[in-house]
Amino acid sequence: MVQKLNTYLRESPSQTAGPYVHIGCTPNFTGIEIYGSDLGATMKTGPVNGEEITIKGTVFDGMGTPLRDAMIEIWQPDAAGLFPSANETRGAPDPNFTGFGRSAGDMDTGEFTFETVKPGAVPFPDGRMQAPHITAWIVARGINIGLHTRIYFEDESEANSVDPILTRLEHQRRIQTLLARKETDGNYRFDIHLQGANETVFFDI
Amino acid sequence: MSIQNTPPKTGGFIPRDYDWQPKALTPPYKTSIKRSPQSALLSFPTTLSEETSPVFGQNLTGELDNDLIHNYAATGQNAIGPRIIVHGRVLDENGRGVPGALLEFWQANAGGRYRHKNEGYLASLDPNFGGCGRTITADDGSYEFRTIQPGPYPWPNGMNDWRPAHIHFSIFGHGFAQRLITQMYFEGDPHIKLCPIVGILKTQEAIDALTAPLDMNRTVPMDSRAYKFDIVLRGRRQTYFENRKEGM
Repeated sequence: MVQKLNTYLRESPSQTAGPYVHIGCTPNFTGIEIYGSDLGATMKTGPVNGEEITIKGTVFDGMGTPLRDAMIEIWQPDAAGLFPSANETRGAPDPNFTGFGRSAGDMDTGEFTFETVKPGAVPFPDGRMQAPHITAWIVARGINIGLHTRIYFEDESEANSVDPILTRLEHQRRIQTLLARKETDGNYRFDIHLQGANETVFFDI
Repeated sequence: MSIQNTPPKTGGFIPRDYDWQPKALTPPYKTSIKRSPQSALLSFPTTLSEETSPVFGQNLTGELDNDLIHNYAATGQNAIGPRIIVHGRVLDENGRGVPGALLEFWQANAGGRYRHKNEGYLASLDPNFGGCGRTITADDGSYEFRTIQPGPYPWPNGMNDWRPAHIHFSIFGHGFAQRLITQMYFEGDPHIKLCPIVGILKTQEAIDALTAPLDMNRTVPMDSRAYKFDIVLRGRRQTYFENRKEGM
């Protein structure tokens, strides 16, 4: 016998966000006006540094049907690569940028929209620079545990080619699923496929 | 400075235990079939992107945000249903309280009806009940809110599936890696063992971890009963030896 590792607790098990996640997380979107505004509705609280961009996308199920009951969250650093977080010790982040966005998607089409800034690069734990990216998290009815992925940028090919995570993907073709496509200046599209030939790379991180 | 007198440094987050957490594909919960990724997840140690998180201060929350009995009710009115207090602590896997955690919760009314345009159950809406609230944990990770006990309700999955009474929770810790959504069930509910969504949990221990006991010590006599629900988020490694660049 050995000593027990019983000083550790187990993480609470995940359960689906269900069909009514918007009641709890974006109540104003559902017409329940208790809070002043929905959390994460605005990422810019004043003039911001860097390139302002719009990211739009849709979450598709394995049949190619858009999800209209999903919630998508993003978290990212400012244009200088600094996080608006208590854990940021490397410098002062842009005071007019929250770094956090939350979208219920369009009521009819499910398309989500984030008005944000192009993120700066952030180092990997070993000191190498990662390519600019945004962390994304997707929950919905039928998703038992929230899905983490990352939004990288098609037009950062030099940084992407040496990114510590992108270069480790076994099926390099799947990098395409992690790249936001530039549609026009400042406008990007990032669709998410839960399943199928174009299944997005999801992270255990 | 002697290393023996210095607490270990904080490393990255402890990997999520996917043997313990539910699988993505759970066919008895039918909606999971077309919404579950089939490729392996890409495993990596956490980086700054996951070790940081938005900060939500106490100034976010309004006076009635943690009182679902009153936060949607007309002046002088109350939501209808059994009055309860839900309380507990948010802890990490190392057993430490997580202060400043934002909890958001939502639920059906006492008749099992949600206030949502896609809701088709014939039970009545309560004009004085919205069904959502939020709070931020105190320095020791503790939280509390007041609500009415939600009712069970039928849902389209099998021909006659009913959800046990439950409250949904969304939790932000200190790192985006800790982001979690889950549900709280009530001790003694006979629907728990019948529910396909509870059924995705792999062990009785996991079901128990989401089932709140009646807590008579926190009831308010002649006012509200209480249920205790602790939540555990991923913890961070503690180490003298992790090789990290300064400031990371």
